[in-house]
Amino acid sequence: MVESLDVARIRKDFPILERRVRGDHPLVYLDSAATSQKPTVVLDAERHFYETSNAGVHRGAHQLAEEATDAYEGARAEIASFVGAQPDDLVFTKNATEGLNLAAYAFSNSSALVAHAPERVDPRFVLRPGDSVVVTQMEHHANLVPWQEACAKTGATLRWIGLTDDGRLDLADLDRVIDSTTKAVAVVHQSNLLGTVNPVRLLMDRAHAVGAIGVVDACQSVPHMPVDVPSLGADLVAWSGHKMLGPTGIGVLWGSTDVLASMPPFLTGGSMIETVQMEHSTYAAPPKRFEAGTPMTAQAVGLAAAVRYLSDLGMHRVAEHEHALTGYALAALQALRGVRIIGPDTNHDRGSAVSFAVDGIHPHDVGQFLDDRGVAVRVGHHCAWPTCRRFDVPATTRLSTYVYNDESDIDQAIDGILAAQAFFGA
Amino acid sequence: MNVEALYQDIILDHYKHPRGRGLLAEASGESHQVNPTCGDEVTVQVSLGPEGGLVVGFEGQGCSISQASASVMSELVSGVPAARADAIRAEFLELMRGKGAVEPDEDVLGDAVAFAGVAKYPARIKCALLPWTALQDAQARAGIIADTQPDEGSISTQKEGRS
Repeated sequence: MVESLDVARIRKDFPILERRVRGDHPLVYLDSAATSQKPTVVLDAERHFYETSNAGVHRGAHQLAEEATDAYEGARAEIASFVGAQPDDLVFTKNATEGLNLAAYAFSNSSALVAHAPERVDPRFVLRPGDSVVVTQMEHHANLVPWQEACAKTGATLRWIGLTDDGRLDLADLDRVIDSTTKAVAVVHQSNLLGTVNPVRLLMDRAHAVGAIGVVDACQSVPHMPVDVPSLGADLVAWSGHKMLGPTGIGVLWGSTDVLASMPPFLTGGSMIETVQMEHSTYAAPPKRFEAGTPMTAQAVGLAAAVRYLSDLGMHRVAEHEHALTGYALAALQALRGVRIIGPDTNHDRGSAVSFAVDGIHPHDVGQFLDDRGVAVRVGHHCAWPTCRRFDVPATTRLSTYVYNDESDIDQAIDGILAAQAFFGA
Repeated sequence: MNVEALYQDIILDHYKHPRGRGLLAEASGESHQVNPTCGDEVTVQVSLGPEGGLVVGFEGQGCSISQASASVMSELVSGVPAARADAIRAEFLELMRGKGAVEPDEDVLGDAVAFAGVAKYPARIKCALLPWTALQDAQARAGIIADTQPDEGSISTQKEGRS
């Protein structure tokens, strides 16, 4: 049953869902894969922190500094527990993009350091001409462009795992793509455009079999399903806070203890050092090594409130709810003439981001018709332009749901698509 | 304002039956512009005709607004001198940036007045401007630049003559 979550009660926790838009239409928010809305408890947690305990963390000899440090490190522990991880293996970043750049820069920085400071370098992170980095053809630009840059700086070659016509990874020649030259394998857990859930464990095991570091973009999985991050089998896993009911301005990079300890710093400056002299510095142990400058304390507190909220709902129930809604959306879209799903059209190993093309109507125009009725969807290439090209579409329209959506939201979107078809005569 | 007011019949007509679509056999300048947020693309080519007017060709793929805008633009600027093309572009730019408060001048803009509603949708303004940006860039690459002195074909002269 879709109603395993009490959506009517949940919606009361999200003030923005009371908004009326484009005249007097109730907001129908189907763009949670871009960013989720925030429940009152998250907003209250941030406000409460600023009103009671705001101070610099990890410094200062006063009570507020102690409380702020406790709030920040307490948030780290809660968020770690939510994904089955140890607190010290969690690095707070600005967003998931920064986390993935942190991973890619561990390679390009190690490759630059090796000539002049080889004692600081773990050879697993050194890229040279002849080495390869492997991604997939369904990566968000955030897990593609940083690796393109790392390859450009080091002379390594970027390879990718292609896709089948039904939007899944083509694993037929996996052993050829990931081979003895491969130093990093970076893959998305759940595609933000296609909705595909990838067999990351298999890919990470293959990476480790050739001695490569495994990186997972978990932006669309951690918010929507129970994820025990260490058991993904990766070395580094990045995701964002704002897609899982948390504030903007905070993301998480999880790393295995050993791998984090082997990585050079990314951003440098205050907070991340051990000793500093005019000639050189030494660096703090992870996670602080990777958290230069004043951290995003209130955002961490807000994200901890978000994971408490999700834990109270139960991630298994969240996943079940979304699975049912996704099945409903797929069936409703497939019942429409002239609508093609871009991505898996069956509801197994797939998440709630559903992209589609409407014959004869550009996604921008579909989106405009939905917006006219208060239905908020994403149109465009969803920061996965090569994936669009693979399916020969310039862009798609994408519905994406979360805990506050139900079938009536999908129905509204379907009505909007029908109206666009009627108007454009498509 | 509702969505039907955005999609004027003129826009739909140009979208479904684009005028002047196609690339030139020989172009002096070409510009390919993309809207990176949605993937709309347009290529505009330009050369100078024997009478001193612009010869314009275009290709593209994208939403109704961007593709109709390219069609309307090609009608408006084909055969006119660079100075007049500049003046029409300036007028269109003013309309797009006017947040719906600018009254379009049909004498200058012709079918492009139908894009007045676009100005109220910030996300779509870039779609409408895409071909005009490409034209400006293609002209610059071809060296087909208006003289600093407005000639008789320019809009400023026409405006002065209007009551």
